[in-house]
Amino acid sequence: MNEALIYWLQQGLNALQLGGIYALIALGYTMVYGILAMINFAHGDVFMIGAFFCFLLSTQLGLSFVPTLLLTMLGTGLLGVVIERLAYKPLRQAPRVSAIITALGVGLFLENFTLALSPYPKHIPTLLGNVTWNLYGLSLSSIQLVIISLSLVLIGLLDTIVHRTRIGMAMRAISWDKTYVPLMGIPVDRVISITFAIGAGLAGAAGSMYALAYPVIDPYMGILVGWKAFICAVVGGIGNIRGAMVGAFILGSVEIMVVAFLPSTFRDFVAFTLLMLLIIVRPYGILGKPRVQKV
Amino acid sequence: MRKTIFLAVLPIAITAMQLAGCGNSTHPQDTIKVGLIVELTGDMPAVGASSRNAAELAVGEINAAGGIAVDGKTYPVELVIEDNASKPDQSVAAANKLISQDNVVAIIGPNASLGAIPAAEIAEFNTTLLITPWSTNPKTTLDTSSGKPKSYVFRACYTDPFEGRVLARFATEKLGAKKAAVFYDVASEAPKSQADLFRQTFAELGGQIVAFETYTTGDRDFSAQLTKIKSAGPDIVFLPAYYNDVGLIAQQARRAGIKQPLVGSDAWSSPELIKLAGGAVEGDYFANHYAADIATPAAKKFIDAYAGRYGNTPDDVAALTYDAMGLLSAALKKSPALDRKAVRDAMAAVADYEGVTGIIKFAPGSGDPVKSAVIMQVKGDKFVWVMNAAP
Repeated sequence: MNEALIYWLQQGLNALQLGGIYALIALGYTMVYGILAMINFAHGDVFMIGAFFCFLLSTQLGLSFVPTLLLTMLGTGLLGVVIERLAYKPLRQAPRVSAIITALGVGLFLENFTLALSPYPKHIPTLLGNVTWNLYGLSLSSIQLVIISLSLVLIGLLDTIVHRTRIGMAMRAISWDKTYVPLMGIPVDRVISITFAIGAGLAGAAGSMYALAYPVIDPYMGILVGWKAFICAVVGGIGNIRGAMVGAFILGSVEIMVVAFLPSTFRDFVAFTLLMLLIIVRPYGILGKPRVQKV
Repeated sequence: MRKTIFLAVLPIAITAMQLAGCGNSTHPQDTIKVGLIVELTGDMPAVGASSRNAAELAVGEINAAGGIAVDGKTYPVELVIEDNASKPDQSVAAANKLISQDNVVAIIGPNASLGAIPAAEIAEFNTTLLITPWSTNPKTTLDTSSGKPKSYVFRACYTDPFEGRVLARFATEKLGAKKAAVFYDVASEAPKSQADLFRQTFAELGGQIVAFETYTTGDRDFSAQLTKIKSAGPDIVFLPAYYNDVGLIAQQARRAGIKQPLVGSDAWSSPELIKLAGGAVEGDYFANHYAADIATPAAKKFIDAYAGRYGNTPDDVAALTYDAMGLLSAALKKSPALDRKAVRDAMAAVADYEGVTGIIKFAPGSGDPVKSAVIMQVKGDKFVWVMNAAP
């Protein structure tokens, strides 16, 4: 194969890897917004906690990849439920801005809690074997393959849950109308807890995959990635699950392709200019729909 | 009404009087207070911890020897330690606090240039001596508006232009590199100036820069830039990055199939690098301020004392902090009084100070010492001395 083609395929793989991780985090933002119309700014830090869970499970308990991933998802899922119960539930009737500020506070708490335990960046051991396959000059690493396929599987699973199961139907009902849904016998609190558990669990999965792909982790790692995933959710149409996925793969590709075409200093500048233009053209995001305010 | 205004103004007036009293040598003092601004949290906690350890070791030795005699009276030294979280704004806050509240006679630190440059501005403005152990950026000791050296700011290390030149020469002459790629953090002061000066010198020596790529502090995914660098086919990759970034970049570079040697700056030198890079920097080279394995007898004494107290070999930040403390105590011993102007003048007059990192001699009228660098190589879990590189 010719060199230019290899180069572009390689950059395409890089974009899929980055987009897959953004997507898993963006889903958490979009689910919580869909159901509570609230932006959970602590989500990026839940992702960070996921990476630290992965670090602890793999180094302290010496677990292999699959149990580490499952236990991390379970742990962050529980953390999501606890955060919702302690920090957001008491504010459910309060003005929405209070809940957003509380979310920022929870995020700072998680960062500083991790920081207080140890300020040193941690190195994650290679859990997946560091195999790199070379196909006609195109290098594909085992980690890349696992990240891309696992994120697609998890996204597919979530889409099935939301669109094909009873609990998914309840979630969609609550996001449609919070006032009358409880009258139909839907346990709103439980559905909200499950939503937080799923969103945080996916962030935990993203955190552990991220920790494998970029194996140096620290307490501040969630901030920038969290912001970017939030932007993905907004671009895709916040509240819409397929939109979050589309937004994530768009941002991942734009970030990688800007570097491939232009000097790398332009990356964030061009990426975010494009996203802003997109929002100007479609204020509700690519797959989003305007919310009708009921009077 | 008049009374209300008076009451409102009163606290301001009192604060102003207190501030005016600061830095006044007529205060009776029992100790010599020295401020230390270090990176205890944030991006490079290993740097801050080494620096604090070395400063505490130096102060312990000074006090065990009875303290420092200034103008006929002997004082013990007291360290006032501030964490700057590896951030510029917190470095400014720390410098202001040390100068106006703690009334320190001089400040040691910050180490990384991104914090040292703004802190040096504050020290210069408040006419307080500041010695940075590790900040290599030219801007730290230069007044950016006039281009002249600052009079109150000194450093214990060499500068970026020197390091960039040393590394470019090493890459062409010793590694035989004809094509080089450069990858650096565009938002961080020291890496930026090292990258520019490497590019310039490498080209002057007849080499070709095939890729000049950047990232931003906090980035974790370097795959796009590394793919670009790989396809440019360099003989070496120049990576003037802090050890925490090097760990990530090196592993991703190896995974992307870049097998060429990586060449780094003194920002690599923390032993944490070996843990974070997980073998990806094996055999790679970087420039450094000192090498523990070719230490002079005086340096050996420091290394043993440090290892005895903290259980590991001191890195370059520790050695340079120890030298910065040594420079300050040499200046205090010569100073006729404990006021900041006298201490600064005594510091400027220190000549040929023999430190752990070599002989420190300030260029006339400047806070930059003239000294040599060493090139180190990563071998197993150690940094091994390769060669000396004189200016």
